[in-house]
Amino acid sequence: METYTLIVLLLAATIRVATPLLLAALGGMFSERAGVIDLGLEGKMLGAAFASAAVAAVTGSAWAGLGAGILVSVALALLIGFAGITHRGNQVVAAMAVNIMVAGLGPSLALAWFGLGGQTPQLNAPSQRFLEITWPWAEQARATPAPGLLYAELLSGHSLLVYFAAALVPAAAWVLHGTRFGLRLRAVGENPAAVDTAGLSVNGLRYQAVLISGVLCGVAGTYLSTAASAGFVRDMTAGKGYLALAALIFGKWRPYPTLGACLLFAFTDALAARLQGVALPVVGVIPVQFILALPYVLTVLLLAGFVGKAVAPKAIGVPYAKED
Amino acid sequence: MSAPGRLPRWADVGLLPIVSLVAAFAVSAAIIAAAGENPWTALRLLAAGAFGSQEAVGYTLYYATNFIFTGLAVAVALHAGLFNIGCEGQAYLGGLGVGLVGLALDRHWPFWAILPTAVGAAAVFGAAWAFIPAWLQARRGSHIVITTIMFNFIASALMTYLLVNVLIKPGQQSPESRELAAAACLPGMRALLAPLGIHLSPSPLNLAFLLALAASALVWVYLWRTRWGYALRTAGKNPVAAVYAGISPSRVTITAMLISGALAGGLGLNEVMGVQHRLLLDFPGGAGFVGIAVALMGRNHPVGIILAAVLFGGLYQGGSELSFDLPHLNRDMIVVIQGLVILACGALENLFRAPLTAVLARRPQNEAE
Repeated sequence: METYTLIVLLLAATIRVATPLLLAALGGMFSERAGVIDLGLEGKMLGAAFASAAVAAVTGSAWAGLGAGILVSVALALLIGFAGITHRGNQVVAAMAVNIMVAGLGPSLALAWFGLGGQTPQLNAPSQRFLEITWPWAEQARATPAPGLLYAELLSGHSLLVYFAAALVPAAAWVLHGTRFGLRLRAVGENPAAVDTAGLSVNGLRYQAVLISGVLCGVAGTYLSTAASAGFVRDMTAGKGYLALAALIFGKWRPYPTLGACLLFAFTDALAARLQGVALPVVGVIPVQFILALPYVLTVLLLAGFVGKAVAPKAIGVPYAKED
Repeated sequence: MSAPGRLPRWADVGLLPIVSLVAAFAVSAAIIAAAGENPWTALRLLAAGAFGSQEAVGYTLYYATNFIFTGLAVAVALHAGLFNIGCEGQAYLGGLGVGLVGLALDRHWPFWAILPTAVGAAAVFGAAWAFIPAWLQARRGSHIVITTIMFNFIASALMTYLLVNVLIKPGQQSPESRELAAAACLPGMRALLAPLGIHLSPSPLNLAFLLALAASALVWVYLWRTRWGYALRTAGKNPVAAVYAGISPSRVTITAMLISGALAGGLGLNEVMGVQHRLLLDFPGGAGFVGIAVALMGRNHPVGIILAAVLFGGLYQGGSELSFDLPHLNRDMIVVIQGLVILACGALENLFRAPLTAVLARRPQNEAE
């Protein structure tokens, strides 16, 4: 029973860690399937994390924070789009520029506005945060044997944004593979010239894809600063945007496999936290760093074609020039 | 409307980066004003903090040393058409090589024997870390931007493991190696110039700065005065034409990344042998990413890279002074400027190129040729 509780708690932690990864990765999926490299996931999330925490702290409303987070993330997405789509600049350079700029901008503005060396005020009031929602009878269920704990820990007890992320997976799959918009989006990432010939705007479709990514990264950043923790701190994404990108590639740019990759990467993270300094039978103490590096190693192996094969959208990273 | 002509070379090399820089600074000034400080005061303090005294210049050039190494690294890869975001990890590993040489030999070998060994180790370790992404790109088509990013994280995990579990000085809490003996430390610029009758204020500026300048010269010779450099630039500009010219793009990819990684490793000489005199966590401190800004601003040319590196060295040094006098600003502002410079010089240059070309194209019509 002890082991069982441990496993359930580990899985519950996995869900919490996976949520921002999943939101960002699904956003990146729309952008990349439309042919725009989304290296800016990190910066958009970080910008949203700052904006949502700052606005939630000032207004006292988590929903206002969510709005601000989405707004900032979308603005950053448009900036990358302006450079990479309209002006046909290098998408990788534009995204790296935004990532670096935001890493400095958050702490700078936090210092200027709140006078708190690089962070926003602590969000203490419940209205400022997206707190865990306890489902009916969850507390009673916890006391009952096996399935009760699953109900209390895995289904109940998460932030609203977690359920949103979960619902997003089938929605994203439907939009991408079941609608005309999704078909056009995928076509623009594979063969933009054909889409252009059909009389559709390549850049218009790419801007729509980049906007979707902006909105979802905004939710992801808001989750980090108002649900997973109570306020913004310096560099709080800590590479989660790049990890989400790795999950997207590991999921071969498809919704359900991406969900699987996010859960796998989140599980390694939760496991690393649990295994800190714990001696296991047979192997002994596994260095935490090895477990933490695992998602990156796996992604490199996949990209190398040693573990399956990841084929990127054909036109990814190539700005479309109409007159060519 | 006639198609815009090409920008003259002097404008492409000199004017465009300056216009981009001015644009980046203008946006930064607006942000500083929004933060509640006077941008003009900030600029004055920044300049004084970076170049106002001999000591300040010493610090500026010490930072610039790192940025020259990483800037050259990014530039060599860019000439081959590759975007190396992994300089941070390659510099980290290069420093590991330097540190291991120092820790193994500092009590046995004299300085003149350790120095070339350490330079070699920095290059070999940095190049080795770049080799795997390069090989995967050349032979298996794995996107090098993604793999080099992944390798930054793997390098970080590896170094944390090594410092926490293996290299840590026994009986110590913080994850650092023991201090290197004097034989494995680079002499400071003050000590180097004292015999010549030049007396400098103390600063972390050391021999590595001269090594960085030498590396710049070597990169220039390699890229523009050897057939290998010609092949590298050809493959970068047009891989299809390169194949017809008998150049193997995959070999160029691997060579370029090896050189790039070796140059990034040079940062380890400055930090580990020159200043810290030990191995510790996160000594590259983001210099790998500054290298992107430096290479883009310096138009991928060694001379431009040195100038851009000194500019960014000044920003880093002046930026740390800024926070003492202006309560609403801190060093993070420098990172914002860095991002804006990358955006303006790297991604948005077409925004400035078209109007500049239009303005310059109008001129010859007015003046007699």
